[in-house]
Amino acid sequence: MVARMSRRTRTLAAAAACLALAASGCGGTSGASSGDASGPLVVSAAASLQRAFGDYARSFRGGARFSFAGSDELAAQIREGVKPDVFASANTQLPAALHAAGLVGAPVVFAGNRLVLAVPHDSRIASLADVERRNLTIAIGSATVPIGSYTRGVLARLPAPAARAILANVRSQEPDVKGIVGKLTQGAVDAGFVYATDVDAAGGALRAIALPAALKPDAAYGVAVVTGARRPAAARRFVAGLLRGDGARALRAAGFEPPPVPASSP
Amino acid sequence: MSGSRAFRALLVLALACVLAFLLAPVVAIFTHTSPAQLVRALGDASARDALWLSLRTTALALAIVVVAGTPAAYLLATRAFRGRAVVQTLIELPLVLPPAAAGIGLLAALGPHGLLGGVLRDAHVELVLQTAGVVVALVFVASPFYLRAAEAAFGAVPPNVLGAARTLGSDEAGAFARVAIPSARAGLLAGAALAWARALGEFGATLMFAGSLRGVTQTVPLAIYDRFATDLPGALALSAVLVVVSFALLLAVKLATGLGALGVAAR
Repeated sequence: MVARMSRRTRTLAAAAACLALAASGCGGTSGASSGDASGPLVVSAAASLQRAFGDYARSFRGGARFSFAGSDELAAQIREGVKPDVFASANTQLPAALHAAGLVGAPVVFAGNRLVLAVPHDSRIASLADVERRNLTIAIGSATVPIGSYTRGVLARLPAPAARAILANVRSQEPDVKGIVGKLTQGAVDAGFVYATDVDAAGGALRAIALPAALKPDAAYGVAVVTGARRPAAARRFVAGLLRGDGARALRAAGFEPPPVPASSP
Repeated sequence: MSGSRAFRALLVLALACVLAFLLAPVVAIFTHTSPAQLVRALGDASARDALWLSLRTTALALAIVVVAGTPAAYLLATRAFRGRAVVQTLIELPLVLPPAAAGIGLLAALGPHGLLGGVLRDAHVELVLQTAGVVVALVFVASPFYLRAAEAAFGAVPPNVLGAARTLGSDEAGAFARVAIPSARAGLLAGAALAWARALGEFGATLMFAGSLRGVTQTVPLAIYDRFATDLPGALALSAVLVVVSFALLLAVKLATGLGALGVAAR
């Protein structure tokens, strides 16, 4: 059979070998004592977790490397075969869907957050009703990223004309919260829907306007160990620390709420 | 003998590796999903919005680049002046600038809080999060490609040809329009095609400066990113369109410069 390989097959095989060679050059080596691969834990995490996880990593034994982006992008990467050790999402649906597909272990809810209307600190906007005015500009998350779907959920609970007026003011649909915060701090938009923790992290540049509880502005964060993770033991330790320990402390310090009680199932 | 044969084999192997590495992602875009799915994804209204927006903004950006860049490149090619090398280097800077740095720079210069933000506001010019902002970002990243090619093309026009035009009664403007531009045509076209291809692929500066809104600022690269999470076939279909168009532009560059070479040989 091998002798009969067509020229095309052989070219492809050579190409695959080249790629494998290139990949192994930067892939690192395995063989730590715990059965984990050596090197820091690799965590794919929602952009809104950047500050809290950065703090947590400083005290996390063995260190951790992060990829912060929109949870939906990170989930899509995992579906395409990217294998971080831990996936921490700004919602519970994405980890649940990946778990159903056998790509991550059973997810746990580890933190809560609140959607707020964020405005520059010196803005005259004082309430949600103010952003219904014409000639105001708003940035929201795109429909696929958790911040964007929470925002659409909140707006859907408003009277239809109010929701329409607010959506008509949307000037950009950003791929993650970092983009929304950036547009706000640069003065590109007058207001944006972000998490309460993002306003805290912006260090005084932004002001949060709380949303009525009736609009259900609550967010729940889910985390899971990735199936086939190269550092499963460290990954489980990382997740445990988020529920109780340094991770939980870093989350509270950054303004995250304790995981909401099971009412909102993962 | 055998040493030189082994070396030749090594060279071939290196080239094969380079080719395989460079082509694998391009091939995979077309093979990851079925062709039928690719075509179906292009029928999507938001995909067509992105394609139409990319076409409009890149065409406008290219027009601006060519109109302003052609005389600027002519000046650089035909005059020796103090600081010319510095100017040439500065013009090339956007070539090597990371797109994210370009986006932040554009915000810092033209954003509401930026260097010229007040001037723009007084003039009632809105760029950030507007289609005009996309064009600004595209002009910024694409113009060096045209400027460099145009300068080289004008530089290759023999000075005596321009001189002859002037002794035959043309003023300098006439020599520029009737002699320099036609003589440099091939290089100018190649530069325009490269600049267009760069503009079509622009992502980072556009996202940071102009944002992402369907039909307004969401060009094809931004639409690809937007689809990645939830609609992989759609993302691949738009990528496939960009690959095909970029390849066509590259081919145009090769043909234009090839014809240019023939033209020189004939002279």
